[in-house]
Amino acid sequence: MIKQIILDHGSGGKASHDLIKETFLPFFDNPLLAEMNDSAVFEVGGKRLAFTTDSYTVNPIIFPGGDIGSLAIHGTVNDLAMCGARPLYLSVGFIIEEGLSLEILEIIISSMKKAIAEAEVLIITGDTKVVPKGQVDKIFINTSGIGVIETNCNISGKNAKIGDLVIISGTIGDHGMAILCQREGINFETPIKSDTAPLNKLVEKILKKTNGIHAMRDPTRGGVATSLNEIAQQSKVGIEIWEEALPFSESVLGAAEILGIDPLYLANEGKFLAFIKRDEVDKVLNVMYSHPYGKEATIIGEVKPEPKGKVWLKSKIGGKRLLDMLIGEPLPRIC
Amino acid sequence: MKLRYIDEFRDPEVARRLLSEIKKISRRPVRLMEVCGTHTMNIGRYGLRGLLPHHVQLISGPGCPVCVTTTKEIDMMIKLAEEDVTVATFGDLMRVPGSHTNLNQQRARGADIRVVYSSFDALGLALKNLKPVVFLGVGFETTAPTVAATIIEAKKRRVRNFSVFSAHKLIPPAMEALVSSPDLNIDGFICPGHVSVIIGLRPYKVLAERYKVPCVITGFEPLDILQGILMLITQIEKGEAKAKIQYRRAVKPEGNLRAKEVMEEVFSPCDANWRGFGLIPQSGLCFKEDYKEFDVNSHFDIKVDEAKEPLGCRCGDVLKGKIIPPQCPLFAKVCRPANPIGPCMVSSEGSCAAYYKYRDWEIA
Amino acid sequence: MKVVKVNLAKNVAKVDIGGTQQWIRLDIVNEVPKIGDYVIVHAGFAIYRLDEKEAQETLSLFEEMLRHEAPLH
Repeated sequence: MIKQIILDHGSGGKASHDLIKETFLPFFDNPLLAEMNDSAVFEVGGKRLAFTTDSYTVNPIIFPGGDIGSLAIHGTVNDLAMCGARPLYLSVGFIIEEGLSLEILEIIISSMKKAIAEAEVLIITGDTKVVPKGQVDKIFINTSGIGVIETNCNISGKNAKIGDLVIISGTIGDHGMAILCQREGINFETPIKSDTAPLNKLVEKILKKTNGIHAMRDPTRGGVATSLNEIAQQSKVGIEIWEEALPFSESVLGAAEILGIDPLYLANEGKFLAFIKRDEVDKVLNVMYSHPYGKEATIIGEVKPEPKGKVWLKSKIGGKRLLDMLIGEPLPRIC
Repeated sequence: MKLRYIDEFRDPEVARRLLSEIKKISRRPVRLMEVCGTHTMNIGRYGLRGLLPHHVQLISGPGCPVCVTTTKEIDMMIKLAEEDVTVATFGDLMRVPGSHTNLNQQRARGADIRVVYSSFDALGLALKNLKPVVFLGVGFETTAPTVAATIIEAKKRRVRNFSVFSAHKLIPPAMEALVSSPDLNIDGFICPGHVSVIIGLRPYKVLAERYKVPCVITGFEPLDILQGILMLITQIEKGEAKAKIQYRRAVKPEGNLRAKEVMEEVFSPCDANWRGFGLIPQSGLCFKEDYKEFDVNSHFDIKVDEAKEPLGCRCGDVLKGKIIPPQCPLFAKVCRPANPIGPCMVSSEGSCAAYYKYRDWEIA
Repeated sequence: MKVVKVNLAKNVAKVDIGGTQQWIRLDIVNEVPKIGDYVIVHAGFAIYRLDEKEAQETLSLFEEMLRHEAPLH
């Protein structure tokens, strides 16, 4: 029974899920919301549309590889792409702390401009609020997005099928580690950069070539481990991941070693997991290898019938062990 | 070929050979205890328990320095944070439950508590500010010399606003308490890797001879652990009881003399209380006269009420290897990482945390 | 971790692990490392300069084990 909101509730892991299920869903319950995918998919006038929203409170607001602005655009664009939708229009809401320098604001919005251009979407409505100093940390951004599903694909977290192969589009943990290394008290130098990127164009290319994508997810807060568990639970399947197949950049591994943190629980903002019909995998990989955001794509595991709802790692030497979703230990304000 | 010291020690083919060797020569059921948090974690992480034959039992001992810190010590650390000081601590201590609260909650309430990765960073804080800085010294013989070195540097630089709460403890006396306990039946010790880098082979030689229990100093990679287990079983089957080194690339029989010197310059052994064990003679580290000025007790008189142990918590028995975490009635039902009752579930090196994180009964 | 810089005046060394670098103390290391050596780091201090010869010997032992065993079928 939740009595008070604590930081864990925003971490994207089990506590967040519990908060939504126990507190929000009972009040807002409807079949669309209950699906709990990255975006909600619904029909209007014979057309399938997708709608999503996300708020960005990352700290620091500017970091190696991006800033809160590019993150806000990429994140919402990607949520739409993950259900097979072509992102069309975004709204943006700014909540700005009194005293924020115009120079910083301009850095953020110019990076949003770049992100919008690359993703080929438009911001068509917005809102700005300014609050007294101390009531918000520099700037918070909310973006909502709407997209259209043009193929007859049926991509959802509950559609992973037994026998599917699991792909990750590139190295794991880059964004989360980049943010973590900017924190106070960390006194080492690292070349790690956030991987924040818009994935919709790559996903569009893939969907043109195949109908074999059953589920996709971009593993943001909570990391790859949490996203895999979500899909295992939604699809009621087991997922086996092969430890030696997991792609990590050397610098993320090194920082993880120093900090004692498992990169499987760190956020990714420019990567996605895909659950693909086994005999369509090669087609998908070929498309991915020829795209900058997919050139390091790797098969990392497969979907098994049992045990349902669980994810496990097979270690290099053959041992098996559970890979749980993120529990407790939040890394605050990662995205 | 330039070694990277990691991949080569994870070769699956060699692992298979080591496992088949173990299966070949191991006849009797054996209980092997490891007393090092990193071993506890890595055994779980690499799924080693599931690969070994059933009659080779791996028991976790008091390898987690945060876990063996008593509730009273935690309460004292929390009380300290109420003074006008900066408390600097390793991250692991933040969520360990005291009688009423923990450091993390106190920080949320406004106490000046900072997480550091090195005692030297804590000294850095004292150099930058006038406010007194107290470093919470928790750790075994790997950590104690690093803290001693920081204290020596503090003395050299004449720092007046830096002190240390020494909750440091020594492993060999705890191992002696374990092996001399009649109901624990330990057949061999997987000796800690990095503690042994410092203390060398001799303390285990004494233990092996006196109590006829084989001891093997083991590294942390899967091949290290498997080879260490093979070396122990080989001795047990032959009826031998010697102390040996598997982790030869990092452990010399004499250990690290420089580190020992530094540790012995600042600290001397004294009696200490361990969670689960009570008093173990000569198992803690107290300040020598020349460095008493850096002992937090010279600056603050920390008084706390009688410690309240969490109801039903069996951390103490887990730490002694008397039970394995799943045998604690609270394990996984009430006590989980998100809602830990005792330190064994909180600490990144805690036995219960390792068993929970790497639980395999759900995927058997 | 690999040593990439040594500053004896300040008693520190810079180590690199996969591109991430940090300064660590040399107060308690058994032997002062040279650039290119590997050290074990704990709580911001080098605690041991790894013995490459011993590491190689352990690996050779493993290789021996592989060569003398009958192949698994």
